[in-house]
Amino acid sequence: MTATTTTETTGPARTGAGLEVRNLWKIFGPAADRIIGTPDAELSRADLKARTGSVVGVKDVSFDVAPGEVFVVMGLSGSGKSTLVRCLTRLIEPTAGTVRIGDQDVTGCSESQLRELRRTQVSMVFQHFGLLPHKQVIDNVAYGLEVRGMGKKERRAKAGEIVDLVGLSGYEQNYPDQLSGGMQQRVGLARALAGDPQMLLFDEPFSALDPLIRRDMQNEVIRLHHEVGKTMVFITHDLAEALKLGDRIMILRDGEVVQVGTPDEVVGAPADDYVADFTSEVPRSHVLTLKWVMRDPRPDDDLDGTAMSQDTIVRKAAQAVLASDKPVRVMDGDRLVGVVDDEEILRVVVAEESPA
Amino acid sequence: MTTRAPAPSKEAQPDAPERDGLPRWVPVLAILVGWIALWALLRGQDTLALAGRERTDVMRWLGDFRDGVIASRSTNPVVAFTNGVGEVIRSVFGWLQELVSVPAFPRPVPQVGWLGVTALAAWVGLAVAGVRMALLVAATFVSFGVLGFWEEGIDLLLVTGLSVGVVVLLGLPLAVAMGTSPRARAVITPVLDAMQTMPTFVYLLPIVLFFGIGVSGAVVCTLIYALPPLIRIGGHGIRSVSPTAIEATDSTGQTRWQRLVKVQLPMARKTLVVGLNQSTMAALSMAIIASYVDGPGLGEPVLSALIRNDVGSSLVPGLLIVLTAIMLDRTTTAASQRAESAARGVGLRGRQRQVVLAVTGVVALVCVYLSRTYFSLAQFPDTGWGPRLSEALGSLTDAVVGFLSAPAEVFKNAVSYGLLNPLQNLLADSPWWLAAGAITLIALALGGVRAVVSTVLCLAGILFFGLWNDTMLTLTMVLVATLLVMAIAVVVGVWMARRPRVDLLLRPLLDAGQTIPAFCYLIPVLALFDPTRFTAIFAAVVYAAPPAIKLVADGVKAVPETTLEASRSTGTNAWQEITQVQLPIARGSLVLAANQGLLYVLAMIVIGGLVGAGALGYDVVLGFARSEEWGLGAAAGITIVLLGIMLDRIAQAAAARQGVSKRQSLLARARGGTRRAA
Ligand SMILES: Nc1ncnc2c1ncn2[C@@H]1O[C@H](COP(=O)(O)OP(=O)(O)OP(=O)(O)O)[C@@H](O)[C@H]1O
Ligand SMILES: [Mg+2]
Repeated sequence: MTATTTTETTGPARTGAGLEVRNLWKIFGPAADRIIGTPDAELSRADLKARTGSVVGVKDVSFDVAPGEVFVVMGLSGSGKSTLVRCLTRLIEPTAGTVRIGDQDVTGCSESQLRELRRTQVSMVFQHFGLLPHKQVIDNVAYGLEVRGMGKKERRAKAGEIVDLVGLSGYEQNYPDQLSGGMQQRVGLARALAGDPQMLLFDEPFSALDPLIRRDMQNEVIRLHHEVGKTMVFITHDLAEALKLGDRIMILRDGEVVQVGTPDEVVGAPADDYVADFTSEVPRSHVLTLKWVMRDPRPDDDLDGTAMSQDTIVRKAAQAVLASDKPVRVMDGDRLVGVVDDEEILRVVVAEESPA
Repeated sequence: MTTRAPAPSKEAQPDAPERDGLPRWVPVLAILVGWIALWALLRGQDTLALAGRERTDVMRWLGDFRDGVIASRSTNPVVAFTNGVGEVIRSVFGWLQELVSVPAFPRPVPQVGWLGVTALAAWVGLAVAGVRMALLVAATFVSFGVLGFWEEGIDLLLVTGLSVGVVVLLGLPLAVAMGTSPRARAVITPVLDAMQTMPTFVYLLPIVLFFGIGVSGAVVCTLIYALPPLIRIGGHGIRSVSPTAIEATDSTGQTRWQRLVKVQLPMARKTLVVGLNQSTMAALSMAIIASYVDGPGLGEPVLSALIRNDVGSSLVPGLLIVLTAIMLDRTTTAASQRAESAARGVGLRGRQRQVVLAVTGVVALVCVYLSRTYFSLAQFPDTGWGPRLSEALGSLTDAVVGFLSAPAEVFKNAVSYGLLNPLQNLLADSPWWLAAGAITLIALALGGVRAVVSTVLCLAGILFFGLWNDTMLTLTMVLVATLLVMAIAVVVGVWMARRPRVDLLLRPLLDAGQTIPAFCYLIPVLALFDPTRFTAIFAAVVYAAPPAIKLVADGVKAVPETTLEASRSTGTNAWQEITQVQLPIARGSLVLAANQGLLYVLAMIVIGGLVGAGALGYDVVLGFARSEEWGLGAAAGITIVLLGIMLDRIAQAAAARQGVSKRQSLLARARGGTRRAA
């Protein structure tokens, strides 16, 4: 497993709890707990279904998320993303494996400890919002506080601040069905933030929204991450969204982990055809850094051109490289690791213009 | 909730009935021909008709059982318990009566007089359902007083209210159990099915034996009848709460109790009030039927007038019943529609609304005070309007009857000679073994082996309880009425399905028809036909037609437009389209309508025992009226249940063969008594 974030070095003070998942399984169906450890567990999802009638939702998944990191989980429909994220707070009870959040063993804790964890440590945002139609926006936002037993005045005051934070000031007294989809999801977001949790879980929060609103909301999440700096686990099946938000990306197929890595690793070095397929539509120049396109210096290279960091995104370097008549030196700190010339840049950009 | 028809199944092709060789009616016809031939030879033998006062051993044994129960009041804990419950109901009711309807000794008037009661009721109407409903409530209460039925009207509302109160106390937890636990649902559902299949009239007798005659028996019967709708509809509402909302709020760490009271109940609120509306209407109609066992209320004057064949004096209390039904229906419906908007303070802003309620509340309290101080505000002054209205209505009825009597006579004779008499002769004059054999064979032809088993068991039971001949008479009336219901349902249903404007016009009428308690239908029909078999049949047809029409209309409407287009493209005319395409495809709905119609008709025919229908219904009434005939009444009651089960099973089995599942027909039944949803 790759070390934690290498891409983003600037930004807010990282807060939040870390997450540690080990050998997590979820099997739906009659003989769920008798399958793990037997040869049946090695079968593919379809074969297992045919043999035992059980469906594997999550299959032997392990990963870590550092405090303050934005961790994106991707995969096609049915790949087990929702199941996985619900297992983290046991909204779905895992069949096997351990989950630790901060210093707490989620899979081992009692029902009341679990409630406490959900109240104070982890909040979740859902694809279909899950707002209460009979409560005003302000009370929807305050619901988590209400459940904790906080008094009405206090919780409304606190919820009011969060409503301002997500840009819904003035809509406190409205009911959810009087708001647009995007605004409703802001309420969902505010509800998750109101309890001041260490960690936020998002299950495809924006896929029910239209593209413009979706972009707004993505920017909103990035802004919030800067302001409050929580650990985030973000589910999506939109690769552009994953690349935009994620410090690291995990790709699932049929419940299994296929690859974990930073955005440029996933695009630059896909683990297999499934991931390659996934990433084939991405504008590579927007994701790849010079590290992925540089070549070794040749003896005839003129090495006194401009120098650039190996982490520079290709798109940003393109103009400088094309303008200069000497190759650009790619540096890792003070060390020369390669060079890029017009040809390397054009290979990436032109490949995009004429897809295979 | 609308009576929705099942979507026509895929394999339901127009030619499907011929699928397994002969059409179904061929063997049935053959059986009938054979039966008639044998009947011609054997008529009049072994008909098991009881002579006037002849009673069988079983009836005597049932009578002894009753005496035993009564004697064991102090020794048998079960009987002591039920009697105790009856005592509690009587004293609560007595207390309520002194509060609002009868003189509270030593006062010459109730604690709160008519003005106070009306004002309080109108205030409640205002709070739950708005200004217009408050006016309707006030108008209803005042008309009780003006027409001289204050005490009866209020008593009816007390019985209904008391029962609905207990229904909520018992029903809400059960609805929650149904809505949250699949296991509880599996246990409760069959019990509700049984409660809803039994003709209402039948459990009066045993209930009264255990809980006592009068208000205690009335409340318990009403309770049994009114409980299922709230549990069923409420449970459904709780179960249908969006799982996303539940999951999202679970993720905030709520407890199970918080989930119930903060999420599930509020989100199911509207449906719960719909269930409450259905339960209230059921309670009202049963509270009226309970006047057969001396239940207090407006049913009593209607009943005694019907017994005297005095249509004139039944009209005014009958109208008041209809008014009460409309008031309860409208207010509870308006309450369910307002369930959300009221909570949101739409219309009047929350603050403003509170002020209005506070001010009007004070006004109501002032009215209460005034009604305790001034006699004329406590005891409704005698206006003499009741008798006058009664007279006017009486002569109006006479005029209408005079106008209609000739065509009514023609219709009556046509049905009597064309259908009723021949069928009655065949069923009741055949030797019992011939009739039993023929019925079993018909059950086999219609419903297959499954139907035969229940048919044989039920017939054996009917034979055992010694009222074979009366059963055949009742069966005749039920079959004739069901045939008429189906004829009407098919004609009107197809008409409604093909002409949206007709549908638009008729549907509110049908809904209204289903709001009126069954009992009221007897009044105009009695005026038209006098106390005869025909009165009960006609009332049953009027009562059972609306739900059957709606089922057929919805079924025909569900025939896909593409199928119709395809058939039109081959050049069919309207008649061919109806008979070759729409009816065959909608036949699942027809079967359901017939099944429902049967049960409705049976319930009404039994109630009509009083007004000339005779047979089993009359035997039950006799059991209420005379203690020495209790055994007869009980035997008749059990026989009615057996007859109902038999007809139901045959219809169910026949329906199953048509590809209508048990679940669908139960669903339709659960909805049958009910009307609109949202
Ligand atoms: N309650 C359940 N019972 C049985 N199988 C289930 C259940 N919930 C999910 N599954 C199965 O588990 C697999 C993973 O489902 P999951 O909802 O986690 O996928 P997903 O990646 O979130 O898909 P999507 O992008 O469509 O939301 C699917 O094959 C699904 O059929
Ligand atoms: Mg999902």
